[in-house]
Amino acid sequence: MAHNHKHGDPLPETVLRVKSLESLLVEKGLVETAALDALIDRYENKVGPKNGAKVVARAWTDPDFKQRLLQDATAAIAEFSFSGAQGEELVAVENTDAVHNVVVCTLCSCYPWPVLGLPPVWYKSAPYRSRVVREPRAVLVEFGTELPASTEVRVWDSTAETRYLVIPRRPEGSSGMNEDGLAALVSRDSMIGVTEAISPSTVGGA
Amino acid sequence: MDGVHDMGGMHGMGPIDAEENEPVFHGEWEKRMFAMNNAASALGVRNIDESRHARERMNPGAYLSSSYYEIWLDGLVRTLSEKGLISEEELAGVVAPKPVTTPKPAIRAEDVDKAMDKGATYTVPEGKPAGFIVGQTVRAKNIHPAGHTRLPRYARGHEGIVCRDYGIHVFPDANAHGADDPQHLYNVKFSSVELWGEDGTKGDYVYIDLWDDHLERA
Repeated sequence: MAHNHKHGDPLPETVLRVKSLESLLVEKGLVETAALDALIDRYENKVGPKNGAKVVARAWTDPDFKQRLLQDATAAIAEFSFSGAQGEELVAVENTDAVHNVVVCTLCSCYPWPVLGLPPVWYKSAPYRSRVVREPRAVLVEFGTELPASTEVRVWDSTAETRYLVIPRRPEGSSGMNEDGLAALVSRDSMIGVTEAISPSTVGGA
Repeated sequence: MDGVHDMGGMHGMGPIDAEENEPVFHGEWEKRMFAMNNAASALGVRNIDESRHARERMNPGAYLSSSYYEIWLDGLVRTLSEKGLISEEELAGVVAPKPVTTPKPAIRAEDVDKAMDKGATYTVPEGKPAGFIVGQTVRAKNIHPAGHTRLPRYARGHEGIVCRDYGIHVFPDANAHGADDPQHLYNVKFSSVELWGEDGTKGDYVYIDLWDDHLERA
């Protein structure tokens, strides 16, 4: 491949074309500049994986909530006022000692925006989309996640408008922690399912 | 369509390159591209399946060497051009922009959060009766439509078990081409070994959301 510009180095003509497109759409009244700014602000500053972390921390501490989350994730997550675009039909899948879940969209880039924000580049990339359905364990190792052979791996391919959220296992050593403290252990990658939640021994102490 | 976008199971794509502390956007152009694509959805000129199908029709070589927002750029220009809302000549500035009308007006800044919090609706009250039940063994059809489909190539011809019935949904394969043909959406569990043979892993599974028309009795 001649070049594989994954992040930050678009072709100059790409940048120019995006500018021309915006000017044209604004001039035609199809988009408003201030609305574009509001969309960017929403996903850069307001909606992101901190939302999902709050949901998972609640599930770890409140068994009734976890039940509601597993039963109807869209409704349970709406209790936090997280809802809407690319999360109209949310489904939560729980990691246990016996089962590890991991989420992909092999056909495009489907991702649960209301709880995780916008997907990282690697999630939308050819290596992840091609490999994780065929060799999930090898992919997880690249994220530093080694699973015992006895663990059942479940890969969820987001081919519909259903959006999957992984509830990672609550880490050892987190028993006395409150929801806020626990939420800090819930990384974006653990809610996609490529890693486990962060161990409390590696947070703050290092 | 059997395009390069349908990547599940392909070889040769290399290792996963995860960026540490990745920002939400890389540069201003990604922000503008993301926002334009979402703002355009408010106009009521194209549905989500049409926009996916537009991206799938990008030149395959270009698709594989493009970043995802470059693919969005290609798809948005393609769709808006096909709908007669913009032209390459207008983009190049060689002709003056022609006035256009759309079913809905441009989204306003003060409505962004409300609209995005609300999202869209993909469930439909009525449609074809369910052809399958939870627990049933089914086979993903061996189909190769030239148009849009959400049945990935790697599942075709393989048997799985219906795990959930998500109810009646718009059918993307039809919705990308002007009809909605509502029908039941299921979550279907395929064993890794069924999908990948001796290269699969016994005891591991892939769960795929598939519609009635993707499935047949096993």
